[in-house]
Amino acid sequence: MGAGSKGALPPQAVSMREAMKSAAAWALVVLGLSFPIIALRTVQDFSNRIVLEPRPWLVAGLVLATFVGRLLWGLGKYPGQASALPFLRFDFSVTGGSWLPKAGLAALIFFPIVALALAGQSGAIKWIDNFGVQILIYVMLAWGLNIVVGLAGLLDLGYVAFYAVGAYTYAILATYVIPATVPVLGPWAFWICLPIAGMLAALWGIILGFPVLRLRGDYLAIVTLAFGEIIRLVLINWVALTNGNAGIQTPRITFFGLPFTTRGTETTFTDVFGLPGSPTVHRSIFLYYVILGLALLVAFVTLRMRRLPVGRAWEALREDEIACRSLGVNTVNTKLTAFAMGALFGGLAGAFFSARQGFINPRSFEFLESATILAIVVLGGMGSLVGVAIAAIAIIGGIELLRELDWLKSIFGSDFDPGQYRMLIFGLAMVLMMVWRPRGLIAARHPSIVLNEAPAISDDHVREGRG
Amino acid sequence: MEYFVQQLINGLTLGSIYGLIAIGYTMVYGIIGMVNFAHGDVFMVSAFIALIFYLLLSFVLGIGTLALALLLVLVLGMALTALWSWAIERIAYRPLAGSFRLAPLISAIGMSIFLSNFVQVVQGPRNKPVPPMLNEVITLPIGEGDVTLSMKQILIFVLTAVLLAAFWAVVQKTRLGRAQRACEQDRKMAALIGIDVNQTVSMTFVIGGALAAVAGLMFMIYYGVVSFTDGFVPGIKGFTAAVLGGIGSLPGAVLGGILIGLIETLWSAYFSIDYKDVAAFSILAITLIFMPSGILGRPDVEKV
Repeated sequence: MGAGSKGALPPQAVSMREAMKSAAAWALVVLGLSFPIIALRTVQDFSNRIVLEPRPWLVAGLVLATFVGRLLWGLGKYPGQASALPFLRFDFSVTGGSWLPKAGLAALIFFPIVALALAGQSGAIKWIDNFGVQILIYVMLAWGLNIVVGLAGLLDLGYVAFYAVGAYTYAILATYVIPATVPVLGPWAFWICLPIAGMLAALWGIILGFPVLRLRGDYLAIVTLAFGEIIRLVLINWVALTNGNAGIQTPRITFFGLPFTTRGTETTFTDVFGLPGSPTVHRSIFLYYVILGLALLVAFVTLRMRRLPVGRAWEALREDEIACRSLGVNTVNTKLTAFAMGALFGGLAGAFFSARQGFINPRSFEFLESATILAIVVLGGMGSLVGVAIAAIAIIGGIELLRELDWLKSIFGSDFDPGQYRMLIFGLAMVLMMVWRPRGLIAARHPSIVLNEAPAISDDHVREGRG
Repeated sequence: MEYFVQQLINGLTLGSIYGLIAIGYTMVYGIIGMVNFAHGDVFMVSAFIALIFYLLLSFVLGIGTLALALLLVLVLGMALTALWSWAIERIAYRPLAGSFRLAPLISAIGMSIFLSNFVQVVQGPRNKPVPPMLNEVITLPIGEGDVTLSMKQILIFVLTAVLLAAFWAVVQKTRLGRAQRACEQDRKMAALIGIDVNQTVSMTFVIGGALAAVAGLMFMIYYGVVSFTDGFVPGIKGFTAAVLGGIGSLPGAVLGGILIGLIETLWSAYFSIDYKDVAAFSILAITLIFMPSGILGRPDVEKV
């Protein structure tokens, strides 16, 4: 490098050495992290003995990619300047717009019709059932958990327990109890079990919540996690009641007593209404509107509760528990109502899930479900209904879209299974999301009640002797 | 009688493993006040690292003596697991220092999900059977029957005792240990008197990871099989041990680990093996509800 060209160099050239050093350090760390666990894969051979299968090129590629990536990142950064990708600085805070909820609601209501029109009878099922219903179940669960986490500020890592209580209430009542006692009500099972499931879940919420709600934040989180796991383990091991891991085949949902079938002697939905298309499509659309109705019920109740004294107390509790207690708020009862309310909606969603799937087993109620629902609430900004709905669409829609990546097989070979990267990406996204926006996409948390006028006492008044 | 003594020995073995995991939880909680949810999965990663090194050293490189092979596995495993633990703190927790209190916990849950799925992707979803080793047993006549003590169990007891002693010396005698204890008492004040808090936190994760690696190696030897799902339940039990012993207290973590190991083994032996995890989770809930400061912990004074 000649002395003449030195002045013409852009300022980042000064940090070349630094960038090289930093990139080398990063590459070394990646080498250390990946050396045994990526470089050598343990596989069973034909005699079921375990052998090592070396994959040096994968590690070499990773290390090289880290080195180059870090070098470019370091070089693009001017000395002394904090590095930032400018496009990540985008502000998502859609706060003032009152059009967003209305537009979103309209889109949700017309979604099945649009899907039918665009994708036709057979194509629409995937969009309505896999995407629409699936996302709305999580919207409902997240809105339910939002009452507990977003409004009352209680971290619940075992929310899926109430979902499981609701699902098993429906499964056991509709499959065994109702046919054995009053078979006439069989077609109405879902509508009878729905309120029972919700109430039982709320009852469990109170039973579990009462002893633990005086614990502080992270302890409460771990205890709720323990309860979630206990309920799952009981569901697995109490075979007489739940049929264990083999699960329960549950009756499908009916249109207020009219089944969605083609065969059979009873009057079906198609017979009565004579609509075109297959019963499966009708059922999907009906399920969609049922879960939409249930989810909107949660939203409506949340909005109303926030205006009641108890809702105000939830939010006050979230902001400062000690202040609340000194103002005479009964913190245990206030927390308990939030917990029970969240559990109630979890139970309703569970009963719906059970009727939609037609089959449930304890594998649907693992800790990962609780973590997913919590991730939605946190990404949505904890407290904002619109934010939570957007986050549910992003996360669940994203997970479902990752299922559709079979075309990647044509690039990476038939051994490549994109499905197994789903949860890997999900976990990483959860970390990055926290690091990037710990307060969620819609970070603004509007208090439900504000004093519009500033108090009459200010500095000036005090100085004038009026304070 | 001999059945009971046998279960006692088995319980102590299990308890040693839980105790080593519990130290990682309790140290991190003591210093930065977060539940490092990914610690259980760091333990699982370390069990895989131990398995791979063991296979590499004894079957590929052909190191004949088991003792030498295991010693090398232990040292390499501790170093690399410590690196994992260090990297996790740098990536997932440090940027969140000073954020709202639930952010690091959620980040840790994400990290835990990432780690178990990462191992599933790179190592495959099947259980990995470990070639049997150290199966010789010593038979002790107690009561009317015999009690067996396997070489594995002796190794686990000895290794735990030696490492705990070394670790205790680090915390009590060295500069790093003093810095850790100072940060635990008051992080701001420690920073004011010139302690590098960030570095101390990093070192805490490094030590926690290294001890988890010891637990991972023992787990691999003792159970003879590792799987990518092995992080969650032992992790929760390690945390339970830390809470039971009093979170923040190092002797408490070991005591809690041994108690959890004993309770779990005796529960399985006398009641129901299907519900052994339910027992552990129930102990966690009961301890937190009735005795939130644990056996050896300091009571948490609420400042207004």
